[in-house]
Amino acid sequence: MADVAVHTHEELTGKKAWDGAAKPFGASYGKLMMWYFLLSDAFTFAGFLIAYGALRISMPSWPVPDFVFSTFPGGFHHKPLYFVTVMTFVLLFSSFTMVRAVQEGQRENKGGVVFWMALTIIGGLGFLGCQAWEWNMLIGKEHMTVTKNPFGTHVESGTYLEGDGHEIKAGDSFKAGDSYLIHKHNGEWHQLPYKVTDGPDAGIEKVQSFGPKAFGALFFFITGFHGFHVLSGVIFLIIIMVNVATGLYVERRNGYEMVEKIGLYWHFVDLVWVFVFLVFYLI
Amino acid sequence: MGHSYEDSKKKVLRIIIILGIITIGEVLFALYGKGHLIEGQSLPGYVVSIAMIVMSIVKAYLIVYEFMHMKYEVPGLVKSVLLPTLLLVWAIIAFFWEGSDWQKRRNLISDKNKAPVKEEMQKQEGYLLFEQSDIYKM
Repeated sequence: MADVAVHTHEELTGKKAWDGAAKPFGASYGKLMMWYFLLSDAFTFAGFLIAYGALRISMPSWPVPDFVFSTFPGGFHHKPLYFVTVMTFVLLFSSFTMVRAVQEGQRENKGGVVFWMALTIIGGLGFLGCQAWEWNMLIGKEHMTVTKNPFGTHVESGTYLEGDGHEIKAGDSFKAGDSYLIHKHNGEWHQLPYKVTDGPDAGIEKVQSFGPKAFGALFFFITGFHGFHVLSGVIFLIIIMVNVATGLYVERRNGYEMVEKIGLYWHFVDLVWVFVFLVFYLI
Repeated sequence: MGHSYEDSKKKVLRIIIILGIITIGEVLFALYGKGHLIEGQSLPGYVVSIAMIVMSIVKAYLIVYEFMHMKYEVPGLVKSVLLPTLLLVWAIIAFFWEGSDWQKRRNLISDKNKAPVKEEMQKQEGYLLFEQSDIYKM
């Protein structure tokens, strides 16, 4: 920061500020506008995540993330947060390769920029692949939709009267706070009956109820909106990488500023993921 | 920016390693706090949540200040981008306040649904099914 000297526009350029040669805040128009776009986008994401928080706090129970997100490719179950940690590392790695691409751009090394941008694109595609797998599990195997949430939480202790053919057997007991997944077979939901064993309703028979309806819509909408940012980032990365490779930016004589701008955007996508990860998976 | 290419390469590597370590720390802490790591050991929910939020803010700082080079921009740019985000502080307080109020109402309604029906209430003509004291509880 020390060598950023403060000069007036006139000292720097010999022109008046409104003549257009000066750069406010010492940044180019493109970079400055990218910053303000990202600021506005941060508000959009914050609005979604705050809505999630407000709805979650308003419900007596909420699907437990360690239960909902506990599958891992290869048929593994009960691996809470393992897969989403892998996804986080994929995105972090692509952020690292993006910084390297910008650094190579600053020393005008065309080959280096293309190499590190290619790795960034692979990272972005890897993340999208992981997300596709996660969505496929939730939609295809667990039958969560934007209006139906089969992930519930028991609010009282009890004993199951029927098994579900997966992990629950008739006679299994559970405690208040335990999570369950309602299975769907041949288009029909199987809400297991159980007998309450404590509290004011002890002795009464009930069936599993569905979890808070908003969960599916919030999950698909927020992670989908983030995934869409990743997808558009990958598309722009590809376009800019091709432009670097063909020497377009060398011709324009403004260095690799375009690489810096897509870099800002890409780190922002990683930044948003830090908070999506926090809100949906960790807390 | 005052340092050579080799220096900045090393610095980026150091920061990505720190970010990785914090991420692993977050996951381990979340799993330990909820009793998945060591059987029978867990932490209160708010301790886990506060630790997670602090670690996430450290990660956000490193990404914005180092990866996005905010540290090397002029103060005016930094302020014009970062200060508006302070508005979110009130948004978070207001919506969580509102959310917990919705929960109170949900609980009140479910309690009322379970309560035995009073005969004299059915004779009333108005829509006021709550007693005056309940309204203050909301």
